[in-house]
Amino acid sequence: MENVWTIENVWNAIGMALQNWLAGFLPAWLVTLIMDLLVIVVLLAIGIVAVLILSFLERKVAARAGDRYGPNRWGPYGVLQPFADAIKMLIKEDIVPHVADRFSFNLAPVIVTVGAVMTYAVLPFGRNMVAANLNIGILYFAAVGSLSIIGLLTAGWGSRNKYALISAFRSVAQLITYEVPLALCIICVVMLAGSLSTQDIVLAQQERGWFFLLMPGIFILYFLAASAEMIRCPFDLLEADSEIVAGHFIEYSGMKFALFFLAEYIHLFAGSAMMVTLFFGGWLGPWLPSWLWFLIKTFVVIFVFMWIRNTFPRIRIDQVLKIGWKVMVPAGLVGLAITGFVDKLIADTLIAGVVLFVCNIALIVGVSYFMGRAQRQKEMAAEGAALR
Amino acid sequence: MSVQIPPTERLRTDTIQINMGPHHPSTHGVFRMVLTLDGETVVDLEPRFGYLHRGIEKTAEERTYVQNVPFTDRLDYICGITNNWAYALALEKLAGIEVPERAEYIRVILGELTRVMNHMLAIGFLWNDLGATTFTPVVYAFRERERILDLIEMAAGSRMMPSYIRAGGVVADLPEEFMPRLQKLVPHLKRFIDEMDTMLTKNEIFRARAVGVGVLKAKDAINAGISGPVLRASGVPYDIRKVDSYSIYDRFDFEVPVHTAGDVYARYLQRLAEARQSLRIIEQAMRDIPEGPVTSLPYKQLSRLKPPKGEAYGRIESPKGELGFYLVSDGSNKPYRFRIRSTSLLNLTLLREMCIGHKVADVVTILGSIDITLGDVDR
Repeated sequence: MENVWTIENVWNAIGMALQNWLAGFLPAWLVTLIMDLLVIVVLLAIGIVAVLILSFLERKVAARAGDRYGPNRWGPYGVLQPFADAIKMLIKEDIVPHVADRFSFNLAPVIVTVGAVMTYAVLPFGRNMVAANLNIGILYFAAVGSLSIIGLLTAGWGSRNKYALISAFRSVAQLITYEVPLALCIICVVMLAGSLSTQDIVLAQQERGWFFLLMPGIFILYFLAASAEMIRCPFDLLEADSEIVAGHFIEYSGMKFALFFLAEYIHLFAGSAMMVTLFFGGWLGPWLPSWLWFLIKTFVVIFVFMWIRNTFPRIRIDQVLKIGWKVMVPAGLVGLAITGFVDKLIADTLIAGVVLFVCNIALIVGVSYFMGRAQRQKEMAAEGAALR
Repeated sequence: MSVQIPPTERLRTDTIQINMGPHHPSTHGVFRMVLTLDGETVVDLEPRFGYLHRGIEKTAEERTYVQNVPFTDRLDYICGITNNWAYALALEKLAGIEVPERAEYIRVILGELTRVMNHMLAIGFLWNDLGATTFTPVVYAFRERERILDLIEMAAGSRMMPSYIRAGGVVADLPEEFMPRLQKLVPHLKRFIDEMDTMLTKNEIFRARAVGVGVLKAKDAINAGISGPVLRASGVPYDIRKVDSYSIYDRFDFEVPVHTAGDVYARYLQRLAEARQSLRIIEQAMRDIPEGPVTSLPYKQLSRLKPPKGEAYGRIESPKGELGFYLVSDGSNKPYRFRIRSTSLLNLTLLREMCIGHKVADVVTILGSIDITLGDVDR
């Protein structure tokens, strides 16, 4: 029997050891129940720890971008700041506006958070390290990921606040728009991998190369659609603080606000992790254990999201929808057609990869050209408008 | 079986009214806009101000001329120097006071530094309104503002409320280490403006958000009395430094940049170009500044100043536009009337016309591009 206690395998080995120990004195059904509950608890813990790390990281990255220090009072380098924030949130007064629809007002943060946490079930954290290796994993991810729209809508409606209501309009318009290109990009990946399971998608990238290299155009589309789905800058219109103050969570305080905050960062982590799974080879990588590779890649992607947030202004709602329907959906469909034809017609994976790459570059160049031309025309028309 | 919907029961839409402000992150102070929205589109906008009204004009009638100087700092609190200057100019006209050469140069240097500071801050806050959520451009602008404020502090002893320029000159001569610091700062500011230019100007999202938004026609702008960068971005080359040539501005070689689009983007480009011209003026003033006295009216005389009966209007090109003080004297040591032609208030008058038809997000952008200070709007 081979040694299971390697760094690569350490988490699985701990789980197996626990299961074997429990099986010694408990009936089989109880062992299964306990183990499943344990996995859920572990996933929740991962979620919360990730949020603590991310909120700290977000503030530090923003501070560094803005030539500031950021939090540096609590603990070395300010690392205990998230705990201080969490305690502050917990002991804050919970205010419900007296005109609010109490039921939906209280329900909203729960829906949002649950929807976000559920996505963790199919994230492949490492080799053989996925909570539920569903054969429709990616479909599950897309479906559950959009559950939170309902929560946002409920929050916006239940608060009886006009800013929140505008945010609810926006959430429906924006998130539904960007579901479509997101799904199209996922289908491209699924076609190449030949499976909907997240583990199989990672394994397919071992054979064919990271999909990011094969399909840069699709990757960019996915990146934009995912940032819209995660409500990250430049698509953070739902909580546009300079326009509608905080959007749907304007009336929330204390722990309910913290739940929205939690959901947002869980989404960020899950979305980045899924991006790594789909395009950056998931947990694949030399030397280091697979789960470490996965975390490293995920945090690099998260850093890119934070970097963008600290650099770019926000897009306007009509532009968001226009880009979504007029540019990203057609581009996604073209990408889908390219991927389908290449995958079907060219049997040799290497040649297929090269052809895909070239087609994707052509797609990027084409879309940028048309978008740039439209903008330049608008600018030409604007010149001298004040004197006319 | 299909259900026929009678025309009267079709989806009916309605507008909503929303109060933006007085406590809102993007109204630049306590300013309120009552927006009527059709979905996201603005169909009506009503600006409401007065939340910061302090009655400065009336209070000033009960104070002597020199006691009124600190009030002027508190109008447009971003640029105290230029406010002092406009008041001093009006008082000098009223009482017929000469200003020594060196004092004029000091005024020009500090005034133009204030302009650079104001424009950088305006651009930073415009980006904040556009949704650069984590304040990055604002923080950069604030960093440079700090360096300029250091210089103002060296000269005046105070950073934001200098009360430095008074009738007859300036309060005190510049300290010795001022000029070397300034000489180092000017190239630094030039680099900083270039840096802002590279970072912001070509940004596609910025262009998409700013081009063609909030167009102000030159005709309307002139009719409404709008001045400053907002007017010049609408294609009217009207700069009081050129047309009125107060102080010693006729000695300097500088241009009045003009943009013709009249939108948010043009106003941004206008501010960038004007900041560059200001640095040009500072360089020339640094080169030519003579030695000599800095005031023709010592404090003892100034505090007992009783201008002859009459009236005077002094105006300057403040960073935000035409800033004027209208003084009426009845021969006593207090002004009979102290009237401020405030830039921000007049520039705000066409906000409704600029915003109608645009989206909610554009309202804050347009407001940011006008660059108001609530202290100046409400007085």
